[in-house]
Amino acid sequence: MSVIYVLLAISITVALVFFVAFVLSVRSGQYDDAYTPSVRMLFEDELLDQESNLDTDKAEITQTKRTNQ
Amino acid sequence: MANMTCYHCGDDCGRDKVRFDERDFCCHGCKTVYEIFTSNGLSNFYEIEAKAGNTPKEVRSKYDFLDNQEIVSKLVEFNEEGVQVINLSVPSIHCSSCIWVLENLNKLHPSISNSQVDFPKKTLRVTYSYVNFSLKGLVLMLSSIGYEPYISLDEYDKKEKRKDRSLIYKLGVAGFAFGNVMLLSFPEYFELPAGEAGVEEFWLEQYKPVFRWLMFAFSLPVVFYASQDYFISAYKGLRSKLLNIDVPIALGVLTLFLRSTVDIIFDLGSGFFDSLTGLIFFLLLGKFFQQRTYSFLSFERDYKSYFPIAVTRLNQDKSEENIQIYKVKVGDRLLIRSNEIIPVDCMLIKGSAQIDYSFVTGESQAVFKESGEKLFAGGKQLSGLLEVEVLKSVSQSYLTQLWGNSVFSKDKASAFQTLTDSIGKRFTAGVLTIATLATLFWLVYEPSMALNVFTAVLIIACPCAIALAAPFTLGNMLRIFGRQKLYLKNTNAIERLAKIDTAIFDKTGTLTTTKKDAILYEGVELTTEEIALLKTTLRASNHPLSRSLYGILQSNAIMTLDEFQEHTGKGIEGRANQHSIRIGSAGYVGRDSIQTSADTAVYVSSDDDFKGRFVFKNSYREGISTVFQSLGSSMQIGVLSGDNDGERKQLQKILPVRTQMHFNQKPEDKLQHIEHLQKEHKVLMVGDGLNDAGALAQSDVGIAVSEDINVFSPACDGILDASQFNKLSTFMELSRKSIQVIKMSFVLSLCYNLVGLYFAVTGQLQPVIAAILMPLSSISIVLFTTLMTNALGRKLNQPTN
Repeated sequence: MSVIYVLLAISITVALVFFVAFVLSVRSGQYDDAYTPSVRMLFEDELLDQESNLDTDKAEITQTKRTNQ
Repeated sequence: MANMTCYHCGDDCGRDKVRFDERDFCCHGCKTVYEIFTSNGLSNFYEIEAKAGNTPKEVRSKYDFLDNQEIVSKLVEFNEEGVQVINLSVPSIHCSSCIWVLENLNKLHPSISNSQVDFPKKTLRVTYSYVNFSLKGLVLMLSSIGYEPYISLDEYDKKEKRKDRSLIYKLGVAGFAFGNVMLLSFPEYFELPAGEAGVEEFWLEQYKPVFRWLMFAFSLPVVFYASQDYFISAYKGLRSKLLNIDVPIALGVLTLFLRSTVDIIFDLGSGFFDSLTGLIFFLLLGKFFQQRTYSFLSFERDYKSYFPIAVTRLNQDKSEENIQIYKVKVGDRLLIRSNEIIPVDCMLIKGSAQIDYSFVTGESQAVFKESGEKLFAGGKQLSGLLEVEVLKSVSQSYLTQLWGNSVFSKDKASAFQTLTDSIGKRFTAGVLTIATLATLFWLVYEPSMALNVFTAVLIIACPCAIALAAPFTLGNMLRIFGRQKLYLKNTNAIERLAKIDTAIFDKTGTLTTTKKDAILYEGVELTTEEIALLKTTLRASNHPLSRSLYGILQSNAIMTLDEFQEHTGKGIEGRANQHSIRIGSAGYVGRDSIQTSADTAVYVSSDDDFKGRFVFKNSYREGISTVFQSLGSSMQIGVLSGDNDGERKQLQKILPVRTQMHFNQKPEDKLQHIEHLQKEHKVLMVGDGLNDAGALAQSDVGIAVSEDINVFSPACDGILDASQFNKLSTFMELSRKSIQVIKMSFVLSLCYNLVGLYFAVTGQLQPVIAAILMPLSSISIVLFTTLMTNALGRKLNQPTN
């Protein structure tokens, strides 16, 4: 019988988690620029390709990757 | 190969092409950028997008003021522990290659730790360590690869502006609540009418309160947070005795909430929480759609974004110092280099001034000044170094005082009553009448139903669809215009554009183009040798007139000059093979000047023998006569020019007969002229420079025409790319059509309301019906307006493209 309470509680908790995630993402500025990340995302692979061609430091790649995010 | 294009920037290589690394470049600048990129492992730039580069401009000492730490500390966002963060505006960002190269700046200099592009805003955020590096170094580096940042006085004054993200939060809250409330209402949607109930009914009965109170809880943030703008706006409207569209919306939201709460408290029904949250969600969606505009353009620019941050001051001991412009005091000596803007009213002490005031006054020709004469702020020195004495401080200069005029603080959008608001007024009155009549009827007939009917009418008549029609139609139109390079400040500008019945144009820079001059030769025909000598001589000169003349002269024989002399402000002289040629002002070539004509001309003499003159005519934009013809049929047109009337005859030939023309207009004259016209007309002002700023601000709609939308344009309601000037009348027509689309959708939404009202007045409004009717009407309005505007927008693509 009271299983309905459990279900409701779970569904609302899940919904709230997503809501909080949304608020946090807005606050961190993710919605301020909706275009550039879509382009930036496509660069990562090319960057890796080119880096390995030039035999440069691997650490630098990871660093660029991190800073690009 | 005739059509060789530059590997870096894609421009035509022309004659001075540079060959390097088996590739062609249009100039050494482009070649250098290519070298920088390839030697630093950034050659990928050319893979992402071909020929996407920018030609770097010569900057030299332009950024010396960045040595001044006080200025730097004002510009940077973060400045601690050896690290600085700066947000630079880089107007030349235009493609994915730009993003890629600018985000890999750390390969060009190890001190840069991070760089991030915001493409829509065209800004670059750089984090760097200033131990072995400086802001000046960064700016010079960016300029050397063709991404010169735009640093103006505006940047210096900018206060830390917090981003307003409240709308997106509200939209999130409303969407979240809408979805959950819908889900929680499902059991009651499927509830069978009483009597046919089966065993399941017992189950529903038992848990009804839980579901209902949960819905109530979800609706609380929607009513009290997400919809607060509507309540505030309605309250403001009522206080100023205005029934705007937000009044019925606020009324509807309030009624929905109160009625639903009463319903669930007394177990009268499930309430209308689903409709309530859905309504607000859709309304906010419309607002969101309307609000997104062109973040990379600024429509509120004043002289500050045109002026430099710093100038070079000449101290008593002859030392030069870069000082911030606000620190310039009366009596200071300043150095103005060529191509610098004069920031204050001043007196010329040394040097020969040749000043281009076209942006400030609309005069098309450069003005020559001798020492002892007064120079006004805003002019641009064309060639040579000047030493000046300051007469007035920045804020008191002639040009900057114009900004003290009250038109610049006026907000056109709030003074204008939109179509939605004017309809909203009648609509609200109508709804309240119906509600009262229906209630009175039920009070007599069946008193227990009266309150039910009253609230039901207010709920169903909530003008959701009406409130959505304008944002979606105009928002979509704004985007369509944007794709055709007319960038309007807000949707309100389209509505105002639709009402225009008078169009006034500026001449210099608006009707004429600064890109090319039409040059005519009058006089004795020159021999081939003379032309060759003339061209060679011109080649050595940097004067803008020499450059344009050099561009049109047909001669390939470049000879070596034995002698070359430049007399600044007068003319140039070249000598080769015992022949000499002089080009310059009439007096310089030994000719009585003042040829009555107001045209700009240079005079030529060969071996001290006067030959003739080259006359520079303003060249008009293509298609302006067609624009004027088509505009002239539906409205009054006129020309207001700051220039002299030398072009009157030529303009009369191009423009329709009825066109009014006024010349020698000062910025204030233009403003007053517009103001005068506005007594009877709705006026559109089309201009380009600071001299039009007052008129643009005063007019009902001010549109700035710009050859390059990324550089400065004065405060206005819209920026039109000069290449699209010939589409102006189509834009106006489309604005009028958009208003018709809004009116049509009003009729459509009224139909929905009538159906809803039938249920409401007869007292049969069930929550399910409301929950179906409301989104249905909203969605059909959105679909209708989007399809209609897209169909209209197709018209823009057809002609001339």
